[in-house]
Amino acid sequence: MPQVTLTVNGKTSTVEVEGRTLLVELLREKLRLTGTHVGCDTSQCGACVVHVDGESVKACTILALQANGSQVTTIEGLAKPDGTLHPMQEAFREYHALQCGFCTPGMVMSAIDLVKKHPDGLSEKEIREGLEGNLCRCTGYHNIVKAIAAAQEVMHGRAQALAPAAE
Amino acid sequence: MYDFEYHKPGSLADAVKLLSADPDARPISGGQTLLPALKHRLNKPTSVVDLSGITELKGIRKEGDKLVIGALAKHFEVATSEVVKAAIPALAQMAGTIGDTQVRNRGTIGGSVANNDPAADYPSAVLGLNATIVTDKRRIAADDFFQGMFTTALEPGELLVAIEFPIPEKAGYAKMRNPASRYVMAGAFVAKTGGTVRVAINGAGPGVFRQTEMETALSTNWSPEAVAGIKQDADGLNSDIHGSAEYRAHLVTVMAKRAIAAAG
Repeated sequence: MPQVTLTVNGKTSTVEVEGRTLLVELLREKLRLTGTHVGCDTSQCGACVVHVDGESVKACTILALQANGSQVTTIEGLAKPDGTLHPMQEAFREYHALQCGFCTPGMVMSAIDLVKKHPDGLSEKEIREGLEGNLCRCTGYHNIVKAIAAAQEVMHGRAQALAPAAE
Repeated sequence: MYDFEYHKPGSLADAVKLLSADPDARPISGGQTLLPALKHRLNKPTSVVDLSGITELKGIRKEGDKLVIGALAKHFEVATSEVVKAAIPALAQMAGTIGDTQVRNRGTIGGSVANNDPAADYPSAVLGLNATIVTDKRRIAADDFFQGMFTTALEPGELLVAIEFPIPEKAGYAKMRNPASRYVMAGAFVAKTGGTVRVAINGAGPGVFRQTEMETALSTNWSPEAVAGIKQDADGLNSDIHGSAEYRAHLVTVMAKRAIAAAG
């Protein structure tokens, strides 16, 4: 069987896969990183979004072998070893940007890529457009958009701490 | 998905060799169309040949009065390229509306054009701009390349290497998306290049096609009003649960007007 060597959340692994093995299957079933979810499996819902060499991609629509040699970041790789959450995770918590939580890992990974690509800041409209590839079926997106708007201020150093959500 | 062998050749010659040796091998780059098709078992390749490491297929550059885009250019790269934005802003704008961010981070122009999905965006830019498709064997004019639903002039084992776009004086694109799938219901790409006007329509028919009546009207009067009275014949257009042929025919005129307004 072919082998894939890739670095996931800073740890390098070599894993035997089939030609047809998807990156998300490698992450969940071989590396047991089950934070990356499979929602639709048809590249529409975005629950499986991870970063491959810094770009957000749908892990259900890339072969594991195509990620050979890549740096992959999943939701498990965002918090610091001491448990301090990434500003985007902290914002999702503070703004209650989730209900059932199923779409959340993909939302957070997409949101981080979106914010990183727009250092000058995103308007509410741009955030909504940027989330086109992520579906949430619970919250109606409003709190997700608010969380991303708040997190971008911290991520780009314009705010020391996350603005608290309104009561 | 059925299993297959995976190859990642380092050169165009090696890729062509692998694809020529096995008629059931399929090329892959972004895989944003091929992988969903394989999951549905619509296709059963014995092997997939990953083109993503082939330098000859990469790059975006201006060569004289042409913009040359390598087959492996991702939609995100085309959308954000300063070279594309300066030469053909309508093309960059179009690339920025394909699929979603994650699809644009993987999907490539070569894959989209070679696949020729009737609801894809790029084919109308290629046809509207009278681009030339460069393969490993020959050069093909856009008018000869697209041959209807998922069909092109590419022969088995032939690989799309790059697309050469003549730089137009004016160009614009507008589309109506299906509200759920976000695929194109009807789109229009209009371009004026060297005094010649071309109008390409995607999404509405079984393949991208030129709207010659609108081309004639725009040649003498480049304005949305010039096409406002031109009705697209609904005969032969797509008719499905998303919209009737008559609805799509109506959209063609609306999208053409918007595309001309966008071109300025």
